[in-house]
Amino acid sequence: MGCNTMAKDILVVENLKKYFPTKKKGLYVKAVDGISFTVREGETLGLVGESGSGKSTTAYNVIGMYGVTAGKIYFKGVDISGDAGKRPLSLKKDLQMVFQDPGTSLNPQRTIGQILALPLKVHKIPGEGERLEDRLIQLLETVELPPEYIYKYPRSIGGGERQMVAIARALATNPSFVVLDEPTSALDVSVQAKIINMLIRLQKQFNLSYLFITHDLSLMRNLATRVAIMYLGKIAEIAPAVDFFRSPKHPYTQMLLSSIPVISGAEEEMKPKKVPSRGEIPSPVNVPPGCGFHPRCPMARQICLEVDPIMVETIPDHFVRCHLFAGAAEAREVVGA
Amino acid sequence: MTGTKGEELRKRAKEKRSERFRRAWYKFSRNRISVVGLVMVLAIVLLAIFAPYVTPYPKHAGAFVDFMTGSVGPSLKHWLGTDVFGRDILTRVIFAFRGALIMSTGVLVLVVPLGVVLGLIAGYLKGTWIETVIMRITDVFLALPPLILALAVSALMRPTLFNSMMAVCVSWWPWYTRLIYGMASSLRNEFYVKASELTGASKPHVIFREILPNCIAPIFTKMTLDVGWVILTGASLSFVGLGEQPPKAALGTMISDGAKYLPAQWWIAVFPAIAIMVVVLAFNLLGDGIKDMLATEEGS
Repeated sequence: MGCNTMAKDILVVENLKKYFPTKKKGLYVKAVDGISFTVREGETLGLVGESGSGKSTTAYNVIGMYGVTAGKIYFKGVDISGDAGKRPLSLKKDLQMVFQDPGTSLNPQRTIGQILALPLKVHKIPGEGERLEDRLIQLLETVELPPEYIYKYPRSIGGGERQMVAIARALATNPSFVVLDEPTSALDVSVQAKIINMLIRLQKQFNLSYLFITHDLSLMRNLATRVAIMYLGKIAEIAPAVDFFRSPKHPYTQMLLSSIPVISGAEEEMKPKKVPSRGEIPSPVNVPPGCGFHPRCPMARQICLEVDPIMVETIPDHFVRCHLFAGAAEAREVVGA
Repeated sequence: MTGTKGEELRKRAKEKRSERFRRAWYKFSRNRISVVGLVMVLAIVLLAIFAPYVTPYPKHAGAFVDFMTGSVGPSLKHWLGTDVFGRDILTRVIFAFRGALIMSTGVLVLVVPLGVVLGLIAGYLKGTWIETVIMRITDVFLALPPLILALAVSALMRPTLFNSMMAVCVSWWPWYTRLIYGMASSLRNEFYVKASELTGASKPHVIFREILPNCIAPIFTKMTLDVGWVILTGASLSFVGLGEQPPKAALGTMISDGAKYLPAQWWIAVFPAIAIMVVVLAFNLLGDGIKDMLATEEGS
């Protein structure tokens, strides 16, 4: 891919915030606290973070499961950040989601045929003269499942197969954008690879754009076009995947990359920098002042305790939100001039 | 081509369904006591349906007087004895099952759809004014003791079987609303419900196709258990004279009439009382069996 030609932006998120009120008045869980990113047509943006970093909340905001507190979401140039319950049907057709655990995202009391038929019926997809059943069999073929699965219940098929059904449901309406919320983390390692390969194939086949939510950074190396790291409701670093893994800038990213378990010494050598991991993600209710990462940061200075850093572009398309790089943008401008 | 393929698929699905039924029956039959319950229920239902043919003295079901054979204790001729008018108690008990079963079926047919639909709507629309209206009305009805409420309602109307059925309905529906409200309000947060909403499914679809199928097991169990309890409530109403009127046989009236002759002619009151006990027990055993069967069915 690379960054030779700029593909069109299909999804633009601007300064998105999602706060949840707590039982105590005036206190909020700042699940997502002012994030901006774009997803370009045909690419995969990997949104990576620990549990509690706000990555799933971001996904739910994009898909319209609940409304935003502040900020804007544009899909194909149209503002969709309004009332999440009143999204037009055409938008629901174009924007689909695959949930983390197919054990809970497929109704146990409905057959796979009924599950797959719902989006087709809602969006009136098999037109005149075409049979619903043919379309269902075709859908199952797309995800490499045999046609007799139409009459099976989710509980009588395997976990990986269930996730394929969930993927088939998302693709039933011919969407252009799919949000994948940790689609492999509930599955056995043996089927994870199969699902990932299928997702890559389907992306090419149907020219899909993915927003891929995960906590598995190593997965992103082969899958993502660009990677964004979330920490405490904010994006710490966002960069093209190649660049991201070769020269991570943010101390948090460096920490995450050095904590990926590897087997061989050669792989260990590939790691850009060794930063020991310490501490846990703080509570999003009591966000520490200054940079949210400073209690765990090995390079924290006085300014990190007081001022929250802003996003800067260190090299084209590589953004970092850290005081260590605060001067980088101006420096580059000077060099460029 | 796909047409024949589809036929074949459907046939295989049908086989699968009968297999599911066989497996369910296997699970149910492993529990001996619930099979006993099922046999008792079937026996009671068949006796009630064919009452005119299986009872020894079908004429005794209505207005029949023969003081010559009045107040005879249990004997070979009259297994459960006769009442003061000389009517065979076994015959009258079996005929009384008819009214009891009609009443419980009638109550459930009216109450279950109403209570379930209200519970589903309130549960799915939790947090809206619709939920508030439905659930506060439900709470008001739940706050009144069901028997007192049923007594009050049926006292307002002419005492007939139908009216006492209505009275029981008034006090019965809130229990279904409560049960289903609790289930629906948690099921609506399931990811499969969210998934159907996100793809644009209508509210009726979400409520009746996504949520309702997952409530079927507890509804079914409660219904079976309730048959016995409705019969008991109906008997309580007829005990105080509300419900089926003499000379027709009703379990409650038979007990209250017989109570006057206790303890000397004990059989007049005691046998109808045992009959009530047997019916309630039978439906409870069956209900327990169904509950266990559906529970393991879910888990597999």
